[in-house]
Amino acid sequence: MGRDEFVFLLIGLKWTVALSVVAFICGCIAGLIVALARTSGITLLERITAGYIAVFQGTPLLMQLFVVYYGLALIGIRMDAWAAVSVGLTLHASAYLGEIWRGSIEAVPKGQTEAAKALALRYFSRMKDVVLPQAIRISLPATIGFLVQLIKGTSLASIVGFTELTRAGNIISNQIFQPITVFGIVGILYFLMCCPLTIYGAHLERKFAASTR
Amino acid sequence: MNYTLDFTPVIDGLPSLLSACLGTFFLAICGMLLATVIGIGGVVLRQSPIKALRWLVIGFVEIIRNTPFLVQIFFIYFALPLAGIRLDPTPTAIIALGINGGAYAIEIIRGGVQSISKGQMEAGLALGLHKAQVFRLIILKPALRAIYPSLTSQFVLLTLSTSIASAISAYELTSVSQRIESDSFRSFEVYFTVTVFYLVISWVMMRIFAFFSARYFSYPVK
Repeated sequence: MGRDEFVFLLIGLKWTVALSVVAFICGCIAGLIVALARTSGITLLERITAGYIAVFQGTPLLMQLFVVYYGLALIGIRMDAWAAVSVGLTLHASAYLGEIWRGSIEAVPKGQTEAAKALALRYFSRMKDVVLPQAIRISLPATIGFLVQLIKGTSLASIVGFTELTRAGNIISNQIFQPITVFGIVGILYFLMCCPLTIYGAHLERKFAASTR
Repeated sequence: MNYTLDFTPVIDGLPSLLSACLGTFFLAICGMLLATVIGIGGVVLRQSPIKALRWLVIGFVEIIRNTPFLVQIFFIYFALPLAGIRLDPTPTAIIALGINGGAYAIEIIRGGVQSISKGQMEAGLALGLHKAQVFRLIILKPALRAIYPSLTSQFVLLTLSTSIASAISAYELTSVSQRIESDSFRSFEVYFTVTVFYLVISWVMMRIFAFFSARYFSYPVK
């Protein structure tokens, strides 16, 4: 494996990072909406979001990407693979993050909401200033855990036909017939992205466990 | 844009899709069994007095947990023949699923074993229980009860990740649906139907797990 092949892998790596960042940021925004709707107290909204979460947690990410990819084309939205995969991963992330944050919003003691109500804070301010800051703190380890899962999930974009790290590895391995070397390096690159996050997540978890003891 | 949905190819392919569901179940169940074996073995090694063995297990868990399953399955698919092992895609997929699930199972089972304090065992012996009874009732059952929810939700994830085995064309639902799709070009219809199938499969899995949980792990007095 020469220098050119490695550079090609690094270009793939760039797209993996871009895909992860876009999906995570958009997923956070959509996930927050899902989490707020899920805990809104409005039965209809709660039912709909519960169903939304159940569908995404009960089906493979690969199928979600396929359905979004072909479904968008079907309703007349022409998109390249990059945009379609971003949309698919964003929806996937919004469901998982919505469920994680629902848990942490519910984990904030009820007295906090009651106190905020007693101080005549409106819903918006109650959430922004009282509940969410605490909930986000609680959810951090799980959120980082999901980010790792999302980075690994971007590899499935290769099956839909988007050239990110795994597909770059596939192409190179078909060219130079050294699949073990190529996928070994691809694996190491993923590991270098995910491992620091995993360690940081475990560190936060220990820190919070110590502070609540 | 006038596109009319046409589910005829899906209906025609229904028998092969349904038997492919069984293929998915087969992959998932074999993968779970292998993952459980690797999980228990890994926990035993993780607590061995030999430092090198402990680090080997830690390294294995971290490598598997921080790389995508798709890359792992490709690596195993190409590495096994080099090691002189020639296998069909389906057994290869089972090995990959077992290794992947095993790494997660090690972490989960380790947590369960650690949750049983030594005092429990001593209390059991002091109450005059037999050693086998202490193991079964005081160590094994509470440990299983503690890990059951996370282990089974990990197993549902494993079931869903069998779809990735289509990348090496193992026999399961996704690869069969890809074949029907490439024959008929009814991509959305095929994948939409298969997504519903997966939803049913994971729901069935969860019901089965919940049944066992209620049957064996419920507390006698509430």
